[in-house]
Amino acid sequence: MSGILVATTVNGDAVEFVCQPRETLLEVLRNRLGLTGAKEGCGTGDCGACSVTVDGALVCSCLVLGAEVEGRAVDTVEGLAEGDQLHPLQSQFIKHAALQCGICTPGFLVAAKALLDRNPDPSEEEIRYALAGNLCRCTGYDKIVRAVDAAAKDLRKQGRKA
Amino acid sequence: MRYEAPKTMKEASALMAKARGSAFILAGGTDLLVRLKSGLIEPELVVDIKRIPATQAIARTASGFRIGASVPCAALGRNSALKKAWPGVVEAANLIGSDQIQGRCTIVGNLCNASPAADSVPALVAAGAKVAIVGPKGRRTVAVEKIPAGPGRTSLKKGEVIEAIVLPKPKPKSGDAYLRFIPRTEMDIAVVSAGVNLTLGPKGVIKSARVALGAVAPTVLLVEAAAKAIVGTRLDDAALAALDAACQAACRPIDDKRGTAEFRTEVAGVLARRAARIAYQRAGGK
Repeated sequence: MSGILVATTVNGDAVEFVCQPRETLLEVLRNRLGLTGAKEGCGTGDCGACSVTVDGALVCSCLVLGAEVEGRAVDTVEGLAEGDQLHPLQSQFIKHAALQCGICTPGFLVAAKALLDRNPDPSEEEIRYALAGNLCRCTGYDKIVRAVDAAAKDLRKQGRKA
Repeated sequence: MRYEAPKTMKEASALMAKARGSAFILAGGTDLLVRLKSGLIEPELVVDIKRIPATQAIARTASGFRIGASVPCAALGRNSALKKAWPGVVEAANLIGSDQIQGRCTIVGNLCNASPAADSVPALVAAGAKVAIVGPKGRRTVAVEKIPAGPGRTSLKKGEVIEAIVLPKPKPKSGDAYLRFIPRTEMDIAVVSAGVNLTLGPKGVIKSARVALGAVAPTVLLVEAAAKAIVGTRLDDAALAALDAACQAACRPIDDKRGTAEFRTEVAGVLARRAARIAYQRAGGK
């Protein structure tokens, strides 16, 4: 079977890959590009573990075909930290112990960043609504919500964008 | 499976018309990819319409709004002019799924998936929305309620592709609203839903109305008797009771895990009353 050649940008880097028409963006990221941060939880867009952004829009990468991202900008959890410097969201997730098994964490981080990009000062309710598409089955949500709130404060204090 | 991403509606229509096996349009993919991966469908061809400029934008026109078929629902919520003109339609579209789903799902997809419980459809039907279709024989425009033919089935012919939803400019002193019942606060499928759009004449008397119900029949219903029940009234208690009764009379629901037929019928009346009150207030009535 012949593949489709796709040229795209992933975390700011120009990337080319060949994929099959049925292959999802999640499969491409994990199996072809070695970016295993995004996880497959449900595979049906319910759990958010595979969250990435495409041209800034938060999406479930399990419900995007690899071929669709031609010419787009894909951002994944791997692009959050700058070198060894963790993103404030990542630091606050660690500080608040907002994870246990970690499967849902990359999705939560990407979804939380998408929230803070458009709303740097969200209320608790806004955080909970924005993260409603991400399921966690071990930590519970309180620590996650507190970590996002703390990271939002850090970012505002530093006067920087998420 | 073949993946194509044409640049024009004409090409998209031609690809769909020529497909020998099963062919599907891909916009947001939030229904299509789930069905594809579960093996419910085995497409020979998937036509991604997101590269077609005519599908990409929400345009304000002389006669109202034109919402392209690949515009994600989240974009409706960010469009303040659309939100002001058709708050019920935008609220309905924004009820679908999580932020992740909102970033991809479209109202045309919601319509063509043809679920009787589709959230945006009763609101669109109440608003009098139309769909702009491009097909092998050219263009045609039909009312939204003509598209669903039954659960999972549409009236679109082979090669026909929806380019946009066309919403009229709201008449002066009009308002719309959409409500659904789900057993939680969000991220669920409507057990019953109701969309109401009405226009007031002098002294707060309802001049015209459209009432649509979801999840109470094989397709979304436009209930003309329900509209008649409130036209000529100021939405007093008697009018609301007549609206409720007309809605219940129109229901032909099924029993399933989400609710019984009896429950759906009763709640359809309740939601129609509540949605009518919101629409009435939005229209400037008291």
